[in-house]
Amino acid sequence: MSEGSAHKRGLSPICTHWIDIGLLQEIPQQGARVVETDAGDVAVFRTLDDRVFALRDRCPHRGGPLSQGIVFGHRVACPLHNWLIDLDSGHAVAPDEGCTPGYPVRVSEGRVFLGVRDGV
Amino acid sequence: MRKLVLVGNGMAGMKVIEELLHLVPDAYEITVFGAEPHVNYNRILLSPVLAGEKEFADIVLNTDDWYAGHGIRLHKGRKIVRIDRRQRLVHAEDGAVTSYDRLVLATGSHPVLLPLPGRELPGVVTFRDIQDVERMLGAVKRGGRHAVVIGGGLLGLEAANGLLNRGMDVTVIHLLGSLMERQLDTAAAALLKSALEQRGVRFIMGAKTEAVFGDERVNAVRLSDGRELAAELVVMAVGIRPNIDLAKQAGLHCERGVIVNDTMQTFDPRIYAVGECVQHRKQTYGLVAPLFEQAKVCANHLAELAYARYEGSVTATRLKVTGIDLFSAGNFQGGVDCEEIVFQDPARGVYKKLVINDQRISGAVLYGDAIDGNWYFDLMRDGTPIADIREHLIFGQTALGDSGHGGEDRVMRMSDTAEVCGCNGVCKGTIVEAITEKKLFTLDAVRAHTKASSSCGSCTGLVEQILAHTLGGNYSAAPKVKPLCDCTDFTHEEVRRAIRDRGLTSARAAIAALGWRTPDGCHRCRPALNFYVIAAWPDEAQDDPQSRFINERAHANIQRDGTYSVVPRIWGGVTTPAELRAIADVAERFAVPTVKITGGQRIDLLGVRKEQLPAVWGELGKAGLVSGHAYGKAVRTVKTCVGSEWCRFGTQDSTRMGIRIEKMTWGSWTPAKVKMAVSGCPRNCAEATIKDFGVVAVESGWELHVGGNGGVKIRATDLLCKVATQEEVLEYCGAFLQLYREEGHYGERTAPWIERVGLSCIRSRIVDDAVGRQALYQRFLAAQKVAQTDPWAERADGGGGAAQGDFRKVGTDYVYRSGRSHV
Repeated sequence: MSEGSAHKRGLSPICTHWIDIGLLQEIPQQGARVVETDAGDVAVFRTLDDRVFALRDRCPHRGGPLSQGIVFGHRVACPLHNWLIDLDSGHAVAPDEGCTPGYPVRVSEGRVFLGVRDGV
Repeated sequence: MRKLVLVGNGMAGMKVIEELLHLVPDAYEITVFGAEPHVNYNRILLSPVLAGEKEFADIVLNTDDWYAGHGIRLHKGRKIVRIDRRQRLVHAEDGAVTSYDRLVLATGSHPVLLPLPGRELPGVVTFRDIQDVERMLGAVKRGGRHAVVIGGGLLGLEAANGLLNRGMDVTVIHLLGSLMERQLDTAAAALLKSALEQRGVRFIMGAKTEAVFGDERVNAVRLSDGRELAAELVVMAVGIRPNIDLAKQAGLHCERGVIVNDTMQTFDPRIYAVGECVQHRKQTYGLVAPLFEQAKVCANHLAELAYARYEGSVTATRLKVTGIDLFSAGNFQGGVDCEEIVFQDPARGVYKKLVINDQRISGAVLYGDAIDGNWYFDLMRDGTPIADIREHLIFGQTALGDSGHGGEDRVMRMSDTAEVCGCNGVCKGTIVEAITEKKLFTLDAVRAHTKASSSCGSCTGLVEQILAHTLGGNYSAAPKVKPLCDCTDFTHEEVRRAIRDRGLTSARAAIAALGWRTPDGCHRCRPALNFYVIAAWPDEAQDDPQSRFINERAHANIQRDGTYSVVPRIWGGVTTPAELRAIADVAERFAVPTVKITGGQRIDLLGVRKEQLPAVWGELGKAGLVSGHAYGKAVRTVKTCVGSEWCRFGTQDSTRMGIRIEKMTWGSWTPAKVKMAVSGCPRNCAEATIKDFGVVAVESGWELHVGGNGGVKIRATDLLCKVATQEEVLEYCGAFLQLYREEGHYGERTAPWIERVGLSCIRSRIVDDAVGRQALYQRFLAAQKVAQTDPWAERADGGGGAAQGDFRKVGTDYVYRSGRSHV
């Protein structure tokens, strides 16, 4: 994803660190991997069209691990109660309401980098 | 851009626009003409407005902003008076001319006005639109005390009830001797009449109105027998007729309504028509459910998808009068070749009648207890043979012992704070509010918005009833043909057939071959497709882990905190000290927080973290313990009692039988979970008669029972047959499971499956047809050759994605090692 997304989420690119979390092909298409950070687990998703998204690994509903859900289109279904979360915005799909924070990610030379804020 | 003009700003017409925008948002420049000076509102809820329970603003469906936001030009209060089909123009009353490429007529219907002297007097109204309601309320405000409603049909009674709530003194005049004669038989009509009388409505039956009179305003009506009644308000509710004036003028073929074909096209292919103005296959419709179906088909063709067909609707009626529970559908009068099943309990005010024709329901009237209305309606519409369930049919579907909603079955007696959905904690008031505030019409929409009945489903009947009561006769029952999910229009059966006939061996191939609307399906269809390809092609299918629910991907059961539970297989519930020791060791070594005995005679280790799973399995595997599949849509457990080996009452060796069944069936993927049991005598300590497949030993052999369920909806099994030997038990069991695997819908337990297809059908395939049974059994055994690999052993050894990091987190240590770089 571009740095535009980082701006969108209110993250200043100046204090964002990019963490190498491994090869893109290590994440299955329509799947996810979990990255442990000091601020909690982050789910990094890879969709069928090879886009990569990162969200806090907690459903806004009851905190289910989104990384374990079924990924389709640019959405994930939470494994606990099937809330649908939009991977790009982190928002629950209507009529459900809620939001889980997102993180910037980018893919460079086949490796995936997760952006985390300095000190977080 | 092409131009689409809609004439008629009502519910049917606007549904076309909404559906169209959903399919193709930018295909047309849209102009809407409405004769009423309002935006589109929910005509169904006029009764609550009349009764003072709602304001007009509460029933608006599309606001001005909505039209503007979608770039729709709305002309309120502008009547179209002429269509020029050659030039493709519509002419408004004020002379304005608008051109079209496609035209949709949704002109609705006119209320029938009786040709009575004095009918033009102020104070004589119909009950059709918001203006009529305003007129009625005007009469109330003016201090009118007496209201006369002419017509004891659905609409007339709703008007009577509303005016009564407004404090008027209401008399209903009905031409016939029985109320709502098009929906009710005389017995139900009599109950309804006395209930309304108790509320204060007066009835004059078998009476004809002769004249309405007054000076400046109406003040009385006269009946043909000379009686005169004071009336400051007269409501004519004697029926509606399709408004076809415009279509006729344009030379479109009309009979009672505008004639349309199955694509909702009129005689002129550029002009479509939907709603109450339409006549389709000789039928006209006045309820909202069929109109919405028509709108959907029309939008499909306007969007040039061109595959939807409207094939007519079967409709049911409910009365929208608070406190009166009434349902009617189909041929409720009966007749030659028909039988009737009648249930009457005057003390409870309950009356139910089912009309049966050729072993199928052809009509129903329910009064006082209508919770099963939708069930009867589905059975009727689907033509389901009822011979198998005939003896308890009249008592309804809601069986004894359903859990989750306190045994309450009558919505009307429930207060707003009463909990309807025990799983999600949803109260009646919340559901009613969502239906009216969010303008919901269907069960699915209510589920999406409130979550009521979206988990275990035991309260579905209640939620449907609340929906029906809030919307009255216009409630939309679920569509007859249900697509597998929103990604496709194909049903489960159609998809399964295509997978077989076209040799589709992966979920991805099926999505591509069957023209899914989405690139990679959704969380509902992908698991179904994955199961269907595995069931159809056991050797060739490519199992897609990403199309499986997490439990089947992780081979453990996800818990509310994101940890997992691990249940090793304990064959037939018989274990050894060595196995128990191994389980205890694992529990201690991995600090498993909770160890619990399950209902299926297994041991559950709860609170295991995903990263720990392969190691836990590795340790259990050393003691010979394998996956218990307690997490999957799969064969779960075979519960047994000790049987003849120990029990003084046992007639057969039920434990050995159970172990043999479990050894044969473990590892099999099924449409939904399968639980089995074997009891050693009819005392049935293994509770076999609430299992999917239950075996009960008797002196002379084994009884085989199927389709039981001990969960949300308690269902005792049906007896399939009796066999003599253990080998036969295995054969029948394998054949039964295979039939279920091949024909059950994904997610459908054996109980609803059997209720859907009928026990006779299962018997004829498994019991009567020995060759067919053998073939099913052989197919089951063949599939098992592939299925019976222990997924735990595989993953403990690093297979099945475990080596690729499926069970590992990308840890912070690893991150630091990989180098944390500034960009």
